[in-house]
Amino acid sequence: MSEPYKHQGVGQKIQKQLLGDWYQRLEEAPARGEKVAYLFISGNLGELLENFGFHLVYPEVNALQCGVKKVAGQNILAAEDLGYSGDVCGYVKNDIGLLSGGNKMPQGTTLPPPDLLVCNYAGCATYLRWFEALAEFYGAEMVVLDVPYLRGTQGPSPEEVRYVVRQLEELAETCTRITGKTLDRDKFRQALEFTQESEELWSQVLHSARRRPAPIDAYFEAVFFMAPIYTMRGTKGCLDYYRALALEVQERVDRGIGPVPEEKVRIVMEGPPAWPHFRKFWEMFKKWGVVSVASTYSKVGGIFDQGFRHDPDRPMESMAEYMLGCYTNRNWGMRSELIKEYMEDYRADALVIHSVKSCRSFSVGQADLREQFIRDFEIPTLFIESDLADPRYFAEAQMKNRIDAFFEALHHRKVTARV
Amino acid sequence: MNRLDEHLAAARKEVLDLDFTGPRAWKDAEAGRACIGFFPVYVPQELIWAAGALPVTVWGGGEGIEVEYADARIQSFICSISRSSLELGLTGRLAFLDGMLFSSLCDVARNLSGIWARNFPAKLCEYLHYPQNDKSDAALDYYLDDLRRLGGQLGAITGRTVTDERLGEALDLYARRRALLHELARVRNLEPWRLSLEEFQVLTRAAGLRDPRHHCQVLEEVLDDLPKRDAKKRDGVRVLLEGSFCEQPPMELLQVLDEAHCFVVDSDLSRGLRWCREALERSGDPWHDLAGAYFRHAEASVVRHKDPAERSKRLVERYQASHAEGVVFCTAKFCEPAFYDFVLHKRALEREGIPFMAVEFEEKMGSFESIRTQAETFAESILFFAEEAVA
Repeated sequence: MSEPYKHQGVGQKIQKQLLGDWYQRLEEAPARGEKVAYLFISGNLGELLENFGFHLVYPEVNALQCGVKKVAGQNILAAEDLGYSGDVCGYVKNDIGLLSGGNKMPQGTTLPPPDLLVCNYAGCATYLRWFEALAEFYGAEMVVLDVPYLRGTQGPSPEEVRYVVRQLEELAETCTRITGKTLDRDKFRQALEFTQESEELWSQVLHSARRRPAPIDAYFEAVFFMAPIYTMRGTKGCLDYYRALALEVQERVDRGIGPVPEEKVRIVMEGPPAWPHFRKFWEMFKKWGVVSVASTYSKVGGIFDQGFRHDPDRPMESMAEYMLGCYTNRNWGMRSELIKEYMEDYRADALVIHSVKSCRSFSVGQADLREQFIRDFEIPTLFIESDLADPRYFAEAQMKNRIDAFFEALHHRKVTARV
Repeated sequence: MNRLDEHLAAARKEVLDLDFTGPRAWKDAEAGRACIGFFPVYVPQELIWAAGALPVTVWGGGEGIEVEYADARIQSFICSISRSSLELGLTGRLAFLDGMLFSSLCDVARNLSGIWARNFPAKLCEYLHYPQNDKSDAALDYYLDDLRRLGGQLGAITGRTVTDERLGEALDLYARRRALLHELARVRNLEPWRLSLEEFQVLTRAAGLRDPRHHCQVLEEVLDDLPKRDAKKRDGVRVLLEGSFCEQPPMELLQVLDEAHCFVVDSDLSRGLRWCREALERSGDPWHDLAGAYFRHAEASVVRHKDPAERSKRLVERYQASHAEGVVFCTAKFCEPAFYDFVLHKRALEREGIPFMAVEFEEKMGSFESIRTQAETFAESILFFAEEAVA
């Protein structure tokens, strides 16, 4: 009889506990007189805001959870009743709908109102419109961290970094005005050390998918693995989670197990998942023995697997570089380059592009990616469409047909290539 | 045909001309000239002109183009101006352009810059990030650096360095054109029956395609001739039109509003050509003046973040200043910024008791009859309630 698994599921338990505690502290914050800041995942500056004692709310995470818990649909309809168009981002509408219904999350938490809306505008213009609406509905102060979209291929320019750093310093002054606290440099350093180590461990987890078979699914599993590093980076709890996750993944490697019984096809995934139909969506791939070995959506909160680390010796500068380098803040050429690198580095067989209506930031340009990968790089590429929040856009039968046809053709190609 | 009608006919022809005969002819008239296209809403056209190039607004293909190639590149849930602009490029109609500028107005426009760069690699494709944090002391410095960088890029194409003197002259020229466009809007506000909305629109949009010196002359002559025009005063309700700052409504839709007696007396039509609401402050440094204008003089717009409450407050101010009796939200299908703005504006209008209606358009609209009915009903309801209030 083989030895029982020691580490499987441990990470998930820790994450559940971390998120549970986090939501509880959030709910209790107003009663304790503690301040709450709302911010976005891409290029978030959690370490800085937590330094001033802010509790953090990420409306995107709430939208994602409402999607998975299948309440996004009703929230979206509530927002449409307020005048929101059927054609705008489902995440925004979920958030507004949630707010109009009393801000009660599906697991029971009542979200506190913001004392400060920090619009870390990295890679998504909708972020501005979203927080402008929240500023109106809550009557809350809104600060914009303006992050210029990257040009060329060389990454951020010194002028861009300087611009963002100066805004971070101005934000710190705003935080002092609101909380009465000044930036604690030692605590900031400690937080960035936790961040750095968490980023290293998270990168190792992602890199593990270079193995064949891959021990993880770098899309369908990674989108859950990524939660702590994108929401509570800079904390000991986050670091502990990635230590546990690294052990879990190592155990999978040692035992030769992975997310599917037999790995048959390795893919790179581009685009966000269909949260309201997550399990169903994953099953459509699993049945073909498909494993995602790399994905772009799991990098929305930072591309650490490519070597970027926050630097405790250059706190503001590295934070600015981090914000500028987010996936959706990269231009089309940079995104294409990254996907191509993933295809080669992770020895993937195909690219799958999931185009979602809600997120134009992701989706505009994906058709050109498809064209480029098929025509210029001769990589089998599947293009499918639905949404990340709105359950109405998931056409199950059509989606299944396209996925089946693609992997059947891919299988046929492999078989005939062997003959 | 009198002089006014000739000007209107010429402007109409140019605005609907998808072969861009006017800008091409301008470019061919002298060696060393260049044309730089830009996707709406705003670009600092003064800088392009100072580099010796003609700024050309690319407003998509309107009703005059069959999309064959771009459908495969732009998803069905994206605005038609993006699709048809790409179609214009893919079918070679924009080959005369020496470069194309995109900006941070929305995610679609921003990402379109990448699609453009891939499909037209031999041409300059630039992306301009307009600072969205006007409270930061660093924003002006950043924007100034970026304008200088862009000036260098444009100068490299035309071989004409953007000197302070040339930029200063361009600022003066465009200030004159802007003042004339504002004057045209003011005249229409006073006597909307004297110039139809469609005529106002073709004269405004032609500014985005012509040598500004020539267009200033045209506008001056139009403004001279308008008071003498034999136009019969018509009754109608005065409305403010909002939401058409980027993709422009089909001309037929504008005609339908006029015919339904909804007189548009203020609007954000072609907002980028009338971006600054007041004269630019001038100092000894034209670069500083151009950059500062973006922060200080721009009309409130959803594509430029400022105080979130500012836009709706400004909409109500414009409504009052133009003596409008209602607001028509006229939004391109799939235009996210306008849709987000609508909800906040709607709340403000409801607080103020201002009547409004909302219509959506796209480039290829089969029928305008439902919009006609909607507009007629809207106008009648305003007249009815006004009479009721008097009674």
